[in-house]
Amino acid sequence: MERDDSDERGGLSLAEEGGEIRAVVTGALGLRELPELQEQLARLEAPRAVTFDLSDAQRIDTGIAWALLRARDRLAEAGARTEITGAQGAVAQILDTVREGLPKPQEEPAPERGLRAALVRLGETVAGGAQSFLGFLGLLGLFVARLLGAVVRPREFRLTALLHHCQAVGLQAVPIVALMAFLIGVVLAFQGAAQLRQFGAEVFVVDLIAISILRELGILLTAIIVAGRTASAFTAAIGSMKMREEIDAMRTLGIDPGHALIVPRVLALVLMLPILGLIANLAGIFGGALMSWIELGISPAMFMTRLAEGTDVTHAVVGLVKAPVFAVLIGVIGCRAGLGVGNTAESLGRMTSSAVVAAIFAVILADALFSIFFQQIGV
Amino acid sequence: MAETVIEVRGLRNQFGTHVVHDGLDLDVYRGEILGVVGGSGTGKSVLLRSITGLITPAAGSVRMLGTEMRGASEAELDALAERIGVMFQDGALFSSLTVCENVMVPLSNVEGLDARTREALARLKISLSGLPWNAGDKFPSELSGGMRKRAGLARALALDPEIVFLDEPTAGLDPIGAAAFDELIRGLSRALGLTVFLVTHDLDTLYATCDRIAVLAEKRVLVTGTLDDMLEVDHPWVREYFLGPRARAARDAIAAGHGRE
Repeated sequence: MERDDSDERGGLSLAEEGGEIRAVVTGALGLRELPELQEQLARLEAPRAVTFDLSDAQRIDTGIAWALLRARDRLAEAGARTEITGAQGAVAQILDTVREGLPKPQEEPAPERGLRAALVRLGETVAGGAQSFLGFLGLLGLFVARLLGAVVRPREFRLTALLHHCQAVGLQAVPIVALMAFLIGVVLAFQGAAQLRQFGAEVFVVDLIAISILRELGILLTAIIVAGRTASAFTAAIGSMKMREEIDAMRTLGIDPGHALIVPRVLALVLMLPILGLIANLAGIFGGALMSWIELGISPAMFMTRLAEGTDVTHAVVGLVKAPVFAVLIGVIGCRAGLGVGNTAESLGRMTSSAVVAAIFAVILADALFSIFFQQIGV
Repeated sequence: MAETVIEVRGLRNQFGTHVVHDGLDLDVYRGEILGVVGGSGTGKSVLLRSITGLITPAAGSVRMLGTEMRGASEAELDALAERIGVMFQDGALFSSLTVCENVMVPLSNVEGLDARTREALARLKISLSGLPWNAGDKFPSELSGGMRKRAGLARALALDPEIVFLDEPTAGLDPIGAAAFDELIRGLSRALGLTVFLVTHDLDTLYATCDRIAVLAEKRVLVTGTLDDMLEVDHPWVREYFLGPRARAARDAIAAGHGRE
């Protein structure tokens, strides 16, 4: 196995001897020489007999051995008489190792195609969707059951964890939520003014801002931001605990993951999202008032009067009453996705992004259902 | 005496104020299987990583296959990388690629190889590592720990390296799987003429595979030699390690195995 730099660069030379081909391998051959060797070997054709002479080969690697053995097998199958001779020492050992180690292909049944397979896939997708919906309902039930359990046995309730999560999902989200709502207020005032000015009805911009923000935009956009921010955080935190078997460890230690992980997180969201929604409402109206003052000359005092006269408090109630529902949806979807993480880093990433998508979708769907509901009862 | 393929002189590694190695010397000869042992925290993996160039030592020199690692050009390091293979502890396979694609990754740097040859060579390496054909089409997450290690070995062998570095090859394997892996390492090393640098905790692996052993202690290579040499060394850690109850059990097992043969 000595290899020094004096090894001559090896090669394959073909010579004809009495109707037979003699393929002589010389020198040291490695992966770099393999493409050329393959080309030369491909030119050998049955039915002429071929003798591979390796007595001058100093060193070959497994790739070269594989190419020689394959060429021999190909010629032998085509009916030619072939022989490998002269291999010595390490060269012979590698040839033997490769010959014994040649992989044996196993044909796997090809995946089915056609209408039947498409139907099977469709069915599996529908069943998978229904199953994840059932999983969501299951976790929702677990959350409610553990919450009621904590009411009966307050000792099991984890106040510290709840406060920690309140800070993470509530307090730390205030700046982004307030800024977002402020900008929405500004945009609404600006666009509303441009349209309403045509009719000389600038003053109604107050109603436009107040009603749209209080009823819909304030809480909906807050929920969407929280869905992106918090659902992903829940999934990542619970998912990485799942990956490292911490959740299994909890179970064996008699700690209920529902109590320890799910109730504090979801309850924190339920408590914090209405507050965030309220902050968003205030920031949005503030932004709208500021823009009305600058753009339309509606003074803050006049804005307040108009707001108190024209906007019923039910609008704010209708908006905020949705918040706890959104919170439960976001929290449970985030936790559920975290528990669905497998044991690979890839599945953590996949579940995190699917949690965000599902949470945002669920929030918008719930908002649409609320709209229909309030329309029907005439609020 | 066989040619020296790795020559470490005066190696010093430190992280902050914590000195891991100080004045460490080590030689590895062509064709041998060298086992590196040492207590936890003696810097076995750090030694492996500084020899392979994954970390730059604070002082000292590492010569591998005639190339001085410090001050080597990019081209020299690239050429060297093709002549060594590293198997990390849990295989370190790329999780988004199948096993076969993982083994094909190093082959894609070789000019002139077509895709079919690359795949065939990858399949050959997978088979030489003792994995069944259909393992090549699986993703690393679908394999057991032992199969992942074999796949990691297949990738390390992809370019027919001269030196293979193995980091804890049998850690986390059941005794049967570990014994099979020991045999695989020894068999491949002999058949392909590999030099193997093996970091391990596993006494059975030491007894079953290694030609020579290097003991890391007191921030340097305390002693190198064959297993029999180790029994003579008068150092508390070495005595405890090689003469402890587990070592005796491993030695007896090997002796019994030889007795049967």
